[in-house]
Amino acid sequence: MLTLMSLLLFLLVLTNLTLLGSSRLAFCIRTVAVQGVVLGCIPLIGLHPFTLQHGLLSLSAVVLKGGVFPWLLLRSLRVARVKREVEPFIGFSVSLSIGFFVLIGSVVFASRLPLAGHHNHLIIALAIFTMVTGLLLLISRRKALSMVLGYLVLENGIYCLGAAVADHIPMVVEFGVLLDVWVAVFGMGIAMYQINREFDHTDVDRLTELRG
Amino acid sequence: MSLVTVLLTLSLAPLMPGVINRSKAVFAGRRGAPLLQPYFDLGRLLQKGVVYSDVSSGMVQLVPVVNVALFLCCILLVPLGSLPALVHFQGDFVLLAYLMGLGRFVTMLGALDTGSSFEGMGASREAFFAALAEPAFFLAMAGLAKMTGALSLTGMLQQITVEHWLHAAPSLLLILVALFLVFLAENARIPVDDPTTHLELTMIHEVMILDHSGPDLAMIEYAAALKIWLMAAIITSVLVPSGSSPLWLPFFLLLMVILGVLVGLVESSMARLRLIRVPQLLIGAGVFAGLALFLEFAQ
Repeated sequence: MLTLMSLLLFLLVLTNLTLLGSSRLAFCIRTVAVQGVVLGCIPLIGLHPFTLQHGLLSLSAVVLKGGVFPWLLLRSLRVARVKREVEPFIGFSVSLSIGFFVLIGSVVFASRLPLAGHHNHLIIALAIFTMVTGLLLLISRRKALSMVLGYLVLENGIYCLGAAVADHIPMVVEFGVLLDVWVAVFGMGIAMYQINREFDHTDVDRLTELRG
Repeated sequence: MSLVTVLLTLSLAPLMPGVINRSKAVFAGRRGAPLLQPYFDLGRLLQKGVVYSDVSSGMVQLVPVVNVALFLCCILLVPLGSLPALVHFQGDFVLLAYLMGLGRFVTMLGALDTGSSFEGMGASREAFFAALAEPAFFLAMAGLAKMTGALSLTGMLQQITVEHWLHAAPSLLLILVALFLVFLAENARIPVDDPTTHLELTMIHEVMILDHSGPDLAMIEYAAALKIWLMAAIITSVLVPSGSSPLWLPFFLLLMVILGVLVGLVESSMARLRLIRVPQLLIGAGVFAGLALFLEFAQ
């Protein structure tokens, strides 16, 4: 039978590939929200015994990643008045193809990692894939908002790796990471508003000269 | 028994474009042409005279003949419902893809032969998009081969069971989406091409056959209808696991009609994509099919 875990992992891969290939920014924000909700559900799926800590962590991850961050980013989107990402430094088709090969590479890589215990290699592979997707988005996109989304996807990947590997997730560390990300997104939202107000655009390619 | 497949295909193939056009008309609020209109069109074109351009050589006259011949060969390879194909051997899907590719190649040569740059533009666009659609088709076929363990089209399409849908639904869904996008690209449907317009901006397939007339055009239209039928049969076979009751064949044909209505729905609800976005769509289809193959290996 198709397990819930394989369905969640499938959704994770699908959201990553969608982010690499899509140019509409509002759609990308919602895709990152879906990815956050999917990842928030991973501690609940019985990799490790269920405790109240896991439940609280899942709930806070789902609320933050699925609700608060997209809301903040959609607000910045409205302020910056952009609708679409222009052709990034690595084109959409090329980054989609690169993403696919990175997926295959990360599965091969993760199956050879000398991790202690009988960990699920597929989750670790997908965590690495998510991190590399986030990095690819971060370095190749032209709009500031897409770079923020890349940062969020990178954090999603790290969160996924933590949820998969740690037997007893240190509550303080995970909540600290979530708070970190929240402050970062909040700060980046304010920064994007200020950049847009000053320069009338958020195209990072044109920000290399401070005259705008 | 498999001869029934061939006879059904030959007689019912022009019905599919009729269904698609009728559903587009209904979605637009009109009554639309009758369902049998493609048959009337073929009959009308067969009675007309044919005109050849002065600057063209024999290629233009070769296009309809080669197209119909190749698609008659393709019909022998594709199973219909639970009836196996007339000719099946391991790797016949490669033959199918390349027969269709040869037909496309001859059409492109005929388009270049007319001496008009209009057709040449269509030929170059067609070459580019077909080159992108082919990996998607082959990766989807590879995914199906890995899933069912069979290497012939008949084996692959008829050995998909309910078990496969229960265990490997994401892979099958991805393969379906990839094959549907390849269907839209190969048959020159919106969002890849607009089959009803004759403006330079939007033509890909229609422009290659612009200079053909009379019985030549009738043969080319018939070959296009056969292509729609073949790809619709493949998609419907992937969509539903095959059954063994004698009522299966009418049910299968009904599902193909429903697929035609779905294509009409997709055509009515979308605009044609900008030409720089079509490669993204086709590479996306390829990545979906590749992902399905990857999921099969990761199980």
